[in-house]
Amino acid sequence: MSAPLVEAHRLTKRFGDFVAVDGIDFTISAGEAFGFLGPNGAGKTSTMKMIAAVSPLSDGSLTVLGEDPRRDGPAIRSRLGVVPQEDNLDMELTVTENLYIYGRYFDLPRSVIRDRIEELLDFAQLTDKRDATVDSLSGGMKRRLTIARGLVNDPELLLLDEPTTGLDPQARHALWDRLYRLKQRGVTLIITTHYMDEAEQLCDRLVVMDRGRIVAEGSPRQLIERYSTPEVVELRFRPDVPIGDEARYAGMAQRVEMLPDRVLLYTGDTDATVAKVETMENVLDSFLVRRATLEDVFLHLTGRRLVE
Amino acid sequence: MSTPLPLRVFEGEARVYRRVWRGSVVTSFLNPILYLLAMGVGLGTLVDRNAPGGLEGISYLAFLAPGLLAATAMQTGAGEGAWKVMAGFKWRQTYQAILATPVSIESLVYGHLLWSAARVLLVSVVFATVMAAFEVTPIGPALLAVGPALLVGVATVAPVTAYTARLERDTGLSNLFRFGIVPMFLFSGTFFPISQLPGFLQPVANAVPLYHAVALDRWIVLGITPRVAPAVSVLYLVAWIVGGSALAVVAFRRRLVR
Ligand SMILES: Nc1ncnc2c1ncn2[C@@H]1O[C@H](COP(=O)(O)OP(=O)(O)OP(=O)(O)O)[C@@H](O)[C@H]1O
Ligand SMILES: [Mg+2]
Repeated sequence: MSAPLVEAHRLTKRFGDFVAVDGIDFTISAGEAFGFLGPNGAGKTSTMKMIAAVSPLSDGSLTVLGEDPRRDGPAIRSRLGVVPQEDNLDMELTVTENLYIYGRYFDLPRSVIRDRIEELLDFAQLTDKRDATVDSLSGGMKRRLTIARGLVNDPELLLLDEPTTGLDPQARHALWDRLYRLKQRGVTLIITTHYMDEAEQLCDRLVVMDRGRIVAEGSPRQLIERYSTPEVVELRFRPDVPIGDEARYAGMAQRVEMLPDRVLLYTGDTDATVAKVETMENVLDSFLVRRATLEDVFLHLTGRRLVE
Repeated sequence: MSTPLPLRVFEGEARVYRRVWRGSVVTSFLNPILYLLAMGVGLGTLVDRNAPGGLEGISYLAFLAPGLLAATAMQTGAGEGAWKVMAGFKWRQTYQAILATPVSIESLVYGHLLWSAARVLLVSVVFATVMAAFEVTPIGPALLAVGPALLVGVATVAPVTAYTARLERDTGLSNLFRFGIVPMFLFSGTFFPISQLPGFLQPVANAVPLYHAVALDRWIVLGITPRVAPAVSVLYLVAWIVGGSALAVVAFRRRLVR
């Protein structure tokens, strides 16, 4: 097996006294799509910036592409693509100028950049916007351009910090499709997200982060199997009906999660649970049966919801 | 062979300039020339009539022109260190984007300073040419006078860059111009000899880099012997460049490496 592309051991980031990343371990192999899933402030961006060799580690060790970011920052950065959480395109320049200048920072020969710009415009579906200034692009177009810019140096490893936050569902699916193609071309992807569906769609393997720590690790399927039942029965109540306490639902399912507006029943025997739920019909507004998601994993691990 | 990192930053800035230069033509090139016309020719007629031979037999236009060359260079440098840097950090966030590439903090700062120097050079050469066209001096000395102008331009952009890198909001920039750049522009010997200043202000004027560039340029263009040895003035300007650049690197690192 080839050496891992990224290897972190007790990786720590502190801002003053505040610990943003609290001694995490992970290993990412070539060709993988690896995810960091977690709520706001979990430490995803801080971790990404350390991997991108722009933010110095406070403690622990980190190897990226076989090199030490503390010593070989420029060498690492020349082989990485970075898509930051916030687009930082040059608003005053056109689409192609943004790509061109960025390519020059990597010292790519001008002729190489010109060819690559054509490919990237095609990839990002921005060919007819090539001479538009970035100012005039929609949010989704900007995001696609930022991703294209991250690919200008033909990186082995692409870091994507919340690639689809703020996009409408259609734009998100289009982006997922692009990222999937990249993965098939052999580019290793590291993705942060607080969308469970994004993690499930894109990631071969992920870690769930909360408050600077990794609370679970595995493939989306493994995590759901480990921390949830395959199916969940969700109960919603009439506004005037008190939800009651957990004891009320004991015996209806293997595990119960009480949310302010809902109750979640994790059950291995959906039919039996549904039969019991139907006896409560007079106080219920509605109930539904759904497949478990990473949201349920997160809820189980932290007692909180992923997206507030 | 790979392109040195600061030159990559320089090239990026040049590309941006290619797109935005039209917007800065008036402030960079036209305003200084209007100043020269209004003050040198307009006001100059009045000065010359009332004080014949008062300025050691030199017309006010000739007295003003080399000073204004240096002052324009300083102002150009200040603009590059202020608005441009603020944009890089906040409005356009281009610096954060650049640092995700192999370009390092030092190279980013040096590339920025190099580009600013090119801007100062361009503005100064245009001004010097106009100065020659007004027959203040032959083109040779006029172009030679670009040297001190370039020095004071860079001696300004370096510390101003360091200052801007520490600002969170752009109100600090208005203050910089209000209380720093504009008074220096007016009172460092550009429009009148600093011997006209109240006694306690003269040492202050002496400490201003622009004063030295103005004196050097009057020496080159008009042959007026400076009160400070030219070599000392040059070294003084170089010290501002070196010190300012070092401070700028420190300030950029503090701002961008987190
Ligand atoms: N430069 C900084 N200085 C001080 N604190 C910081 C800095 N950057 C991040 N933090 C803090 O570190 C914690 C982790 O932040 P980080 O941006 O890594 O979280 P995140 O998981 O990316 O969150 P989000 O989903 O909101 O992007 C937060 O509490 C944040 O306030
Ligand atoms: Mg983040």
